Amino acid sequence: MNLLIKNGRVVDPATGTDDTLDILIDKGKIAVIKPKIEAKAQKVIDASRLVVAPGFIDMHTHLRQPGQEYKETIQSGSQAAARGGFTSIACMPNTVPVNDNRGLTEFIISEARKKAAVNVFPIAAVSKNEEGQELTEMADLVEAGAVAFSDDGYPVKTSYLMRRALEYSKLLNTLIIDHCEDRSLTYKGVMNEGYYSYLLGLKGMPAVAEEIIVARDLILAEKAEARLHLAHLSVKGALELLRQVKRKKVQVTAEVTPHHLILTDESCKTYDTNCKVNPPLRSQEDVEALLQAVKEGLIDVLATDHAPHAEDEKNVEFDRAPFGINGLETAVSLLLDRLVHKNIISLERFIQMIATNPAIILGLKNKGKIAVGADADLTLLNLRKDVVVDVSQFKSKSRNNPFNGWKLKGAAVMTIVGGKIAYQE
Amino acid sequence: MTFTHKHLLGIEELSLAEISTILDTAESLAEISTREIKKVPTLRGKTIINLFFEPSTRTRSSFELAAKRLSADIINLNRDSSAVVKGENLKDTILNLEAMNPDALVIRHEAAGAPYFISTFCHSHIINAGDGAHEHPTQALLDAFTIRQEKQDFAELKVVIVGDILHSRVARSNIFCLSKLGAKIVACGPPSLLPPEFEKFGVELDYNFDRAVEEADVIMMLRLQLERQQKNFFPSIREYRNLYSLTRKRYRKAKRKAIIMHPGPINRTVEISAEMADSARSVILKQVENGIAVRMAILYILLGGKERESLD
Repeated sequence: MNLLIKNGRVVDPATGTDDTLDILIDKGKIAVIKPKIEAKAQKVIDASRLVVAPGFIDMHTHLRQPGQEYKETIQSGSQAAARGGFTSIACMPNTVPVNDNRGLTEFIISEARKKAAVNVFPIAAVSKNEEGQELTEMADLVEAGAVAFSDDGYPVKTSYLMRRALEYSKLLNTLIIDHCEDRSLTYKGVMNEGYYSYLLGLKGMPAVAEEIIVARDLILAEKAEARLHLAHLSVKGALELLRQVKRKKVQVTAEVTPHHLILTDESCKTYDTNCKVNPPLRSQEDVEALLQAVKEGLIDVLATDHAPHAEDEKNVEFDRAPFGINGLETAVSLLLDRLVHKNIISLERFIQMIATNPAIILGLKNKGKIAVGADADLTLLNLRKDVVVDVSQFKSKSRNNPFNGWKLKGAAVMTIVGGKIAYQE
Repeated sequence: MTFTHKHLLGIEELSLAEISTILDTAESLAEISTREIKKVPTLRGKTIINLFFEPSTRTRSSFELAAKRLSADIINLNRDSSAVVKGENLKDTILNLEAMNPDALVIRHEAAGAPYFISTFCHSHIINAGDGAHEHPTQALLDAFTIRQEKQDFAELKVVIVGDILHSRVARSNIFCLSKLGAKIVACGPPSLLPPEFEKFGVELDYNFDRAVEEADVIMMLRLQLERQQKNFFPSIREYRNLYSLTRKRYRKAKRKAIIMHPGPINRTVEISAEMADSARSVILKQVENGIAVRMAILYILLGGKERESLD
């Protein structure tokens, strides 16, 4: 099967392309890129007025399988990803049981091969059962297909284990992804600590809890000369720490989520549990600092932290609801509307942060670029399309998203994975 | 009559006029509890459910008597006798109770925002009888009612609220209520229980009780909410007592005839000495008495506002 995409505005930061071009896809790879391709193809897509970008990669997704299939499965989560414009997702290991061994990593890969609409790359746990006591068999896991390691949901519990994990990761040239939270400071917390937590009488999670672990792990990563990726940064102070270290060429990268760039802790004022997320939605000052950090290039990656939860689990008292926002199907429209159209970043920089950089950071060699011989993973965008977020239309099994009803400009309209159309609106 | 809300969820959302309406109504209803026949037919045929997920003596019996003195039918449910212990979630519990067509639900719950959450799907009137560390609106209203009986003009008053401000729903509701009424409020406690952000609620902060109590007209002591706390907000009860207990010596620094308030239950000799709790300037039991009038006013305003003339 071959596929010809005609007249699209091809924007690819990896090759510095921004031009109206045709792309011929053959056997799952990009075969030809030229201004006018006359060859015949089994399917021709008219991409006039659309942007053709390298397939978007979400390096922070929770798929809930195995163990919590009522929230999400590899299949439903991957369909949500395709609908949201993502051609690849990296899934976090905090399933039940935790992905801390070869058997589980292989299960995810094989289940994805059978049922997933997009590429699925497992992230394995740093420590067994994410308990922070013993390292997982990292070499074995890399061989099985793990692309990175994280105890996501928790920080790596002790400085000692984080040090050893960083050191050992160098053997495999792999990546540690860090959920930065000093749990002794966030004990029983449910939202950002500050004016609104005091107003609402809810237990706060202070910004310093994030800063302390960011500081700890930046120091350890620098010393170990290992690669560290800071997940979902949310506070101003963490950005200051990152800024200092980046000047020193430490191998550190960082991501932010759409919700931390757009919502503040004021959103919790109605006790809306769809706004309960970890890290919590922060203050206006933090949001402004995050936008500034994105603008100045301090942040490398935009990621969703897609965290599906069933409606019944969220339809409870704020204290009792699980943390998490279902983000795969709203991220691209939110970011186009709030970052690109508001001129915080260019379209090219946006694509770099959501496709090029995640591919480089995760070491996905044939992805994140539009080049002859690369995997034919493409995301087609309509920048002018008006969308109204409607959670009832989600492909995800869950609906926990605080943006329902929002009017946004710009959307992914087609997702091509390995030369096949994975989603078309 | 000024009152536009369907529910009483918190003081923060009330206007000064609405607070005044409640206090004025309470004043007109207070007399009923002094009659030989303590009952009027105003809310005859109305059904109220007292739903208490946390222990309570004062608030629960106060709501019950308030309802009965207005001739409403009221039943009491607590956590241990509800299906919550069998794993039913809050929404299902409420929907089941609501299927029995009550007119109002009085809710006490350990989770902040629980009454707010319930109001999003419930058709009955919701009255917040204390939610976590968020609000306890009827307590603040009965406190304001009590202060109004004892003192003249709120704008002239210095009120010092002392203790575990961080975990106290009583403190929050009182701060919102008394600042709307125009009083000067000083919140006092150790820094670990008194975050600087509270200044944004329009109060002055003072860590030193001996200084804060100077020239106070109203001294409102709070109970240490040991059940809501982690450890180490302060080193020991002994040290807390030394720094923040209301003693005669400290009371003397306040204005002459300053009144002593406490929402109860009292930890005698912890936040207040027995001598002060029982002194002539203590209005602690007056607060309890006034609680009935204020809760009658709330029930009347929410459930029977149209039949005001039938009061007599």
